[in-house]
Amino acid sequence: MFAEQLINGITLGSIYAVVALGYTLVFGVLDIINMAHGEIFMFGAFVGMLIATKAHAPLWAAFVGAVAVTGLMGYMLERFALRPLRGKAGGSALAPLISTIGVSILLENGAHKLFGAGNQLFETPFAEIRFEVGPVTVYLVQVAILAIAVILMAGLSLWLYKSKAGKGLRATAESLDTAGLLGVDTTKIITATVVIASSMGGVAGVLVGMAFNYINNQMGLSMGLKGLAIIIFGGMGSVAGAVAGGAILGLSETFVVAYGNSGYRDAIAFIAIIVVLLARPQGLFGQAHQDTQR
Amino acid sequence: MDRKIRMGVLIATIALAPAFMGAAKDAPARAKAPAINASIGVISILTGQGSGYGESITNGLKLAGNEINAKGEVKIELVIEDSSGKQEQALAAGQKLINSSRVAAIIGPTLSTEMKVVGPEANANGVPIMGTSTTAAGITKIGKYVFRNSLPESQAIPASVTKAVKKYNIRKVAILYGNDDVFTKSGFDTMKKVAEDLKLDIVAIETFQKGQSDYKAQLTKIKGLSPDAVFCSALYEEGAVILSQARKMGIKVPFVGGNGFNSPKVIEIAKGAAEGLVVATPWFADRNDPKVKAFVSRYEKAYGKKPDQFAAQAYDALYIMAEALKKAGAADRDKLRDALAGIRNFDGVLGRFSFDADRDVVMEPNVLIIKGGKFQMFK
Repeated sequence: MFAEQLINGITLGSIYAVVALGYTLVFGVLDIINMAHGEIFMFGAFVGMLIATKAHAPLWAAFVGAVAVTGLMGYMLERFALRPLRGKAGGSALAPLISTIGVSILLENGAHKLFGAGNQLFETPFAEIRFEVGPVTVYLVQVAILAIAVILMAGLSLWLYKSKAGKGLRATAESLDTAGLLGVDTTKIITATVVIASSMGGVAGVLVGMAFNYINNQMGLSMGLKGLAIIIFGGMGSVAGAVAGGAILGLSETFVVAYGNSGYRDAIAFIAIIVVLLARPQGLFGQAHQDTQR
Repeated sequence: MDRKIRMGVLIATIALAPAFMGAAKDAPARAKAPAINASIGVISILTGQGSGYGESITNGLKLAGNEINAKGEVKIELVIEDSSGKQEQALAAGQKLINSSRVAAIIGPTLSTEMKVVGPEANANGVPIMGTSTTAAGITKIGKYVFRNSLPESQAIPASVTKAVKKYNIRKVAILYGNDDVFTKSGFDTMKKVAEDLKLDIVAIETFQKGQSDYKAQLTKIKGLSPDAVFCSALYEEGAVILSQARKMGIKVPFVGGNGFNSPKVIEIAKGAAEGLVVATPWFADRNDPKVKAFVSRYEKAYGKKPDQFAAQAYDALYIMAEALKKAGAADRDKLRDALAGIRNFDGVLGRFSFDADRDVVMEPNVLIIKGGKFQMFK
């Protein structure tokens, strides 16, 4: 029972972490919260469902398709909803936030039109493969989700800290204007960031479909809110924070249900977040804001 | 200038449209003069969210109205008003029906929240009003002119639970419910009470929220406690996913659901995992009863689809109204109220129906089980 719940918690935590990564990347570079991320994630899930369940294609094709579509959506989001607002004199700092809220509403209703309301089955033969470890049943899907999440996080960290593009991204995150002066093509960097963040959302969407078998056009909202809570908890813009925050929230939610009362599931998870934030307002791995340091 | 004129024509058209439509509707109504002539007001959701209910309800009423008028003993004219599912619009519609249309009685409104404002108004004016889809507790307590023929969940759930407990010899149960919805919460209250009355051992009470996609933590816990059955108060969207994840996890015991679970959509979403779900419902379209079969085929012929619970309840409601009119002998509001209150053992498509002393429903619900990919009578 403990082992099974631990696996449930790790699976949920891995998915949370991948969703939160998408938020944290965009926030790190642009200092805005991308409210459309949850809906892009939902679209990723639907594209994966169409490929894997409706077209009976292999699972890797579902991932490729979801990444391609959500990546393209990320590009469109940056090109048409964010870029026109950037660097305009006198524009409100909240304008990009409002703009992404608009996109999220558009996508949610678009999904309703395209895919219909209500739960849709996400079925793959892969999801049925299981094996026994002692008395515990483990689904291969659960192992795969953890593996994919770890690979994504490791790859992202490597890219951010070792590659030239990653350095450019971090420089842009530090200061948009300075990076531009030093010869970094900031427009390209920002576009790349939003595209990468969105395609991670697409991966997370397929993972949710694999893990829970059902997807609907409302799931972007609930998963998006969790992702937001996680990056505040883990530290805005921090990759390690997104990972740790996701894992902690997933595990705590599962164990509150397992050994406590499921009615308090969200309450206890969020009380924990508030307590951490009282002690460390910048979040677990966040850097204290320069203004507050002074 | 040109635009102004066009605008004017448009406004005039919109303003006069109801008058034209009204004229067209009124014309054929005064053809014959049968024994009892009554106009019955209907308040339903015809536009906006929830208009699906309104469509079923008005379809059921119109079908019943045509049949009753064809028989000729009673002549009923339906005056249909839209509430859009909003309290204030429902109240305005009710006042219009009571004061200017001078209807003998009102059928509707659709939602319990609407009935809570229209009911007192009708009651104060001495107009009998009957809800066909209002299932909240205490509706008929509004006053002695308020009736309903829609079976509340507090009567449906005990029937399904009792039958399942007897059949499967259930001793230990786990209860799972949505705690962020009034409907599923009240379903849970009933389930818990019935389980306690039957002296069942409740091993776990777990909750979930609307739109949740992961129920594995709750279900793993329930599996570890190995109950004989799971009582689940959920709407079908969440309920179907719960069933699917539970079956996949290896929870094979029967599930007993509330009214929110009672939808063919459960089978559509959960597929094979829906097998063994027990629900109670006032309406069962595949019931082996000539009255039901005739109604289903006439409804299908008229509207191109099978009648749902709301159509069936509305259909029976108008027949109950006609029965009471016959007994009252005239379209008099007070006489009609007394006649309605005296309705006992009425044989309709929902089964044998009576009003109790509080003008609430007395009937035996159908207990169904999903077997072989469809709802069947649970024996």
